[in-house]
Amino acid sequence: MAQAQPIVAPAVVRTKLSVDRVSVAFERDGKRTEVLRDIDLEVGDGEFVCLLGPSGCGKTTLLNAMAGFLSPSSGAIRVDGETVRGPDPRRIFVFQERGVFPWLTVEGNIGFGLSKLPKTERDPRIAHYIRMVGLQGFEKTYPQELSGGMKQRLEVARALAVNPDMLLLDEPFGALDSITRLGLRAELLRIWEAERKTIIFVTHDIDEAVQLADRVVVMSARPARIQEIVTIDIAHPRDISSPRYLDLRDGIFQQIGLAHKL
Amino acid sequence: MNGFSQPARWERFFWPMLASALLLALWHYSVRWSGTRVFPSPVEVEKGMAELLRHHVLWGDIVDSLRRVALGYGAAVLIGVPLGLTLGWYPAANQVVNPVMQILRPISPIAWIPVAIIFFGIGDGAAVFLIFLGAFFPIVVACINGVANVPSVYRRAGRNFGLTPPQLLAKVLFPAALPQILVGLRIALGIAWLVVVAAEMIAVDSGLGFLVIDSRNSGKRYDLVVAAILLIGVIGLALDVAFRRLEKLRSVRWGFRLES
Repeated sequence: MAQAQPIVAPAVVRTKLSVDRVSVAFERDGKRTEVLRDIDLEVGDGEFVCLLGPSGCGKTTLLNAMAGFLSPSSGAIRVDGETVRGPDPRRIFVFQERGVFPWLTVEGNIGFGLSKLPKTERDPRIAHYIRMVGLQGFEKTYPQELSGGMKQRLEVARALAVNPDMLLLDEPFGALDSITRLGLRAELLRIWEAERKTIIFVTHDIDEAVQLADRVVVMSARPARIQEIVTIDIAHPRDISSPRYLDLRDGIFQQIGLAHKL
Repeated sequence: MNGFSQPARWERFFWPMLASALLLALWHYSVRWSGTRVFPSPVEVEKGMAELLRHHVLWGDIVDSLRRVALGYGAAVLIGVPLGLTLGWYPAANQVVNPVMQILRPISPIAWIPVAIIFFGIGDGAAVFLIFLGAFFPIVVACINGVANVPSVYRRAGRNFGLTPPQLLAKVLFPAALPQILVGLRIALGIAWLVVVAAEMIAVDSGLGFLVIDSRNSGKRYDLVVAAILLIGVIGLALDVAFRRLEKLRSVRWGFRLES
């Protein structure tokens, strides 16, 4: 293995995504529930950011707003300086494996966003992403016959196939067993290093966040605010027993208010 | 899993055959022992069937019945599916139409017979119209519910990939709703087959329903009546089995949770 390289502080990187004083409140039965309060966040081009927080704190709401599925009650979200007004193929939302279309084969799913391309371009592209996520031999298989981990890889491949600038992943590995999860984290990192997409990754798993992210955004309980942003200055591949890793992890544990003991 | 092993191949045929044979025997001996002179025994029915075949009327009646079903049911599919998809897609429109639909839906198509005869006179038109009515509502309702029940994850994924509303309907909502729509279409086909028999007893002078009523009216030929009834059952079953094959298609099989 190559020597772990000293981390270069992310030099002047172009801002890809900026979240500017965003608040989101829902109105139900005349009662107003505030979900997000004054969120400010800048994400650089090609950066891997984890949104970490307790279940139901509003991480997914923030991700939905970034995707354009809902508009903030106040504040603005900009991508490349352009205000987000709706969903866009340049930023693809990956659901917890439930987003694959059961009526299409693996090939059909990956090609779903490519219908505008001529067949001669589409087919190699589909084949490329099938290889990238290791689903060779399953081209004609329907999702029903795939395992949870394979469905998740399929959804990531479908997202990557349209060549978005940004992937928004909503607890993508949440429903998988811990062994499959570890494998998929490594795969996601490999893909991220190959394709250099900006990734926003929502999770409630502290280890997952510290293993994957350049920066971990720790969010508080509802109404969610950004409690702290932790920069994970460890090069990949990360040694998850190194003192620095444990340090950062424990710091976040404390930040969230959990004693690191059972 | 329930712990029961698959029945052996021969068992899957043997037991149903045995049940049918016992039923035929029960029928046969009931006729014999009761000494009825009106109700036919299975052997007489079989002879009656042979007679119908010999005089070449049977095929004509079967074809007439199937043609009426094809027309009425076909029209119900062609109008009902697009309408149901549209109403499912625009809940506001559905709210406007829903009360009327809910009132019309539970009315037996048989009740419409006088109305059908005013509109279309005695003839094929009336029968086709009644079949259409019977099949139309279950199809529309299945499409509305099918579209309304599509998980929002699929809609959002479709929008995320930049689909326009018509594309979203064609490439996401329709395939996602298809299993439920197929169930509605199958139920509607069963109803169409029920209605054609009733309609033919009143509105026309051919078809299996007419055969039943005509056999009774011209000389109380109950052997022919029962032969026609059995034939109606067999054809109805054949239609249902044929339709069920559609549910095995790979692109809809996910919607029919089979034991695996």
